[in-house]
Amino acid sequence: MTVGTPKYRELGLTDSEYELIVEKLGREPNDVELAMFSLLWSEHCAYKHSRKLLRRLPTEGERVVMGPGENAGAVAVGGDYAVAFKVESHNHPSAVEPFQGAATGVGGILRDVFAIGARPIAILDSLRFGELDSVRSRHLLDGAVRGIGHYGNSIGVATVGGEIYFEEPYEHNCLVNAMCIGFAKTADMVRAAAAGVGNSVVLMGASTGRDGIGGASVLASAELGEGDEAKRPTVQIGDPFEESKLMECCLELLEKGLLVSLQDLGAAGLTSSAGEMASAGGVGIDIDVARVPLREADMEPFEIMVSESQERMLAVVEPDRVAEVRAICEKWQTGSAEIGTVTEGGLIRILRDGEVVGEMPVEALVDGCPLYDLDPAEPDGWIYGNRQTLAAGATPEQELLALLSAPSIASKRWAFEQYDSIVGSRTVRRPEQADAAVLRLPEAGNAIAVSIDGNGRRVACDPYEGTVEAVLECAQNLACVGAEPLGLTNCLNFGNPEKPAGAWQLDRAVSGLADACNALGVPVVGGNVSLYNEGPDGPIYPTPVVAMVGELPDPARVAGVAFVREGNAIGLVGPFEPSLAGSELAKQRGELRAGLPRSDVTSVAEACEVVRAAVRAGKLASAHDVSDGGLAVAIAESAIAGAVGCEVNVEHLRERGAQPEAALFGEGPGGFLVSGERAALEELGATLLGEVGGERVEIGAGDRSLAVSLAEASEAWRSLAAQAEGDGA
Amino acid sequence: MIWGVLQFPGSCDERDALRACEIHGDGARLVWHESRDLDGVDGVVVPGGFSYGDYLRAGAIARFSPAMEAVAAAAAAGMPVLGICNGFQVLCEAGLLPGALLRNVELRFRCHQVELVEEGSGERLSIPAKHGEGRYYAPEETLDRLEANGQVAYRYADGHNSNGSVRDIAGVTNERGNVLGLMPHPEHAVDLLTGSTDGLRVFDRLGRGAFASQGDGKAPRG
Repeated sequence: MTVGTPKYRELGLTDSEYELIVEKLGREPNDVELAMFSLLWSEHCAYKHSRKLLRRLPTEGERVVMGPGENAGAVAVGGDYAVAFKVESHNHPSAVEPFQGAATGVGGILRDVFAIGARPIAILDSLRFGELDSVRSRHLLDGAVRGIGHYGNSIGVATVGGEIYFEEPYEHNCLVNAMCIGFAKTADMVRAAAAGVGNSVVLMGASTGRDGIGGASVLASAELGEGDEAKRPTVQIGDPFEESKLMECCLELLEKGLLVSLQDLGAAGLTSSAGEMASAGGVGIDIDVARVPLREADMEPFEIMVSESQERMLAVVEPDRVAEVRAICEKWQTGSAEIGTVTEGGLIRILRDGEVVGEMPVEALVDGCPLYDLDPAEPDGWIYGNRQTLAAGATPEQELLALLSAPSIASKRWAFEQYDSIVGSRTVRRPEQADAAVLRLPEAGNAIAVSIDGNGRRVACDPYEGTVEAVLECAQNLACVGAEPLGLTNCLNFGNPEKPAGAWQLDRAVSGLADACNALGVPVVGGNVSLYNEGPDGPIYPTPVVAMVGELPDPARVAGVAFVREGNAIGLVGPFEPSLAGSELAKQRGELRAGLPRSDVTSVAEACEVVRAAVRAGKLASAHDVSDGGLAVAIAESAIAGAVGCEVNVEHLRERGAQPEAALFGEGPGGFLVSGERAALEELGATLLGEVGGERVEIGAGDRSLAVSLAEASEAWRSLAAQAEGDGA
Repeated sequence: MIWGVLQFPGSCDERDALRACEIHGDGARLVWHESRDLDGVDGVVVPGGFSYGDYLRAGAIARFSPAMEAVAAAAAAGMPVLGICNGFQVLCEAGLLPGALLRNVELRFRCHQVELVEEGSGERLSIPAKHGEGRYYAPEETLDRLEANGQVAYRYADGHNSNGSVRDIAGVTNERGNVLGLMPHPEHAVDLLTGSTDGLRVFDRLGRGAFASQGDGKAPRG
């Protein structure tokens, strides 16, 4: 610690925040209290720069079972069942140590879901790295993918989907967002609020060590810079076996109705879980740190309270059931210790062997952090760089192959084959078979679909429109498998909100999210915010990762991406108006600039409904939303997946204002590429583009017409493994 | 036929195996790892996963569990025992099957659909594989003996041996043919909706003793 700097500043508190703490306590905080305040008043825990904005989001809906504020959101899926889901970031730990950072990101999101009594049934991941020609990016990608696989595979929860983008601004600050889906009997679900004065507080799972101390304030709420290696000890180490036992144990305890409430220990460890449980229940809590099982005997009370050791849960239990609870913990060979009591009076008291070493009003600790208004200002134009990688004068064939082999577009098979995508026997569509992951729910008699999306580059071009597009893309992906949206969650990964441009991006993105959700009638049931994602070269692309869960009646009638049959007609459905603005092609040409065309959310929603109905009726052989790389890439992807060529013409798009180049590679929301019987496509009002057949992808586009062999297209699209391993870059 | 499916701390595919057994047989139940009593089942599945975390070596701790003692005794008495993935590793560690499973040649966990060829009949099965330590290994003389005895039950089809197993071996039996270890997951191939139904054939053949008929040292039959 630097001599002369007050301790509270080293811990990330501002002078005025510290003064407020002193005022609320009526005295200076001691070390235990200061450590606890510094964590719960960090951006990561208090959402102090985002909470006011998040009030714009619609959170109500008739299917909502649990909304924001709980460990995870949940929606009703039919029968007596609910699906819980949440996405959370683990960006800064992953940038420091990608394997453990990503692994514990998965571990943490799993705990959030089983904390509400839902059995985790699926994991998805949204990852962002710098360009793959950088050694650092390949190292981070490899570590993060291995870490996700290590944790998810070992605990036996299927990783069914996700997305990976590679963009320069993530070079120093990669993003690792993990999502978990859980399934529960609605009646067995539990909230996190502590209740019942005199009830016991039981800590379950792993013992508490010095790992992750200060992670929330030091890592999660400050910009990354030089010397990050020194922060490695603050990254937690994951143990999926410990979590597997803990998960089974918690689910058995909940099924037997033995817990009053349950909360996971994540960022800020015991401090945040005890504080939040007490706050939600309007009660106080006494914690005796001497009763916490430790890995190192000489830990100080403040260390015990802020440790981020993984695989721990905190439960409130009625005193006469504690013995039964501990017996079940023993059966699962997971630790348990009665470490405290629910009290009256709204104080959180930390004791050591009965002696009080810290005492704070719960309200001050958990809800007392000041919330800040942002000071947004729109930056002047494009604030990120441009790097040309595609030679001027490239032919349309060269352009298509360059797009197909772009790491952000290329097949992610290299990554997803490192994940167990089938354990649990619910996976009806494996990764890349369809635009959304599809999981059957035999208990409820139907299935759910899940999509996770967020193209940071487009959000950087236009934070409002880019975020609207992320929501629309999720809705379109769900429509392609015949699913109707039930709810949405998100993870807002942004730069420094105290800088005017960062504040503007966040403000506009949240407005876009709110407007799109309102227009689609999809409630936001939870979310996570990760700010200060900046490296030495500046902020990341603003990256709102949106995850949507939908319901479909019959998992046997799910359309895939692949063209199925020679002779089938190929058509375009929806109000797709392609533009090169913000596109992958514009990126490769080094022509990115601010601004995206406005989209018409209502007509996209109508198109989703048309496609959804057609898929449910079994009228489409394939359905694929037009996304990165535009229509030509979507066509090539369907052809490669089906191992069959096609002959199409996209010149009709001139009527929509798209010149041949934009018709091929322009991007924008609202487009569905479908195939099937010609009559069925005509019935949908699809614009007919051509036919499935042959061994070439031939696209007529006036003077930009192109033809490539299926083999060439496939080789380009399957080139990620070589690029990721560093032999192709 | 009633199947029992062992459940260790760290098992992952025990519910999938239970479901597959229910589809195949007349019922199935989980057998807790601390139980020495197999509860009257007619066959046992040692399922996939990471028993006891597998931090030491895959299957190295599970082999000492009370339930595995019961399985060893039942196997000696001729009961059908199917070890899948981690279960295969456990059976090798326990000495109920020959050989060992080493880390995949590419040193990465891989989950994908593979084609298997059933020894003898030549039948092809499409079944998912998912493991990081699935490279079958045994000394040459052991392999010769296994082949002579007809103890090689399944091989990876050409182009499907991604883990580097010797002689493309995906599954082996004990000499008697009542204990089968298989690296790919037949319990994940019992329903067209989630892939294929080819896995049911494995349960079926083991259940009716079809692998036993090969253990005569002569050329394998169907």
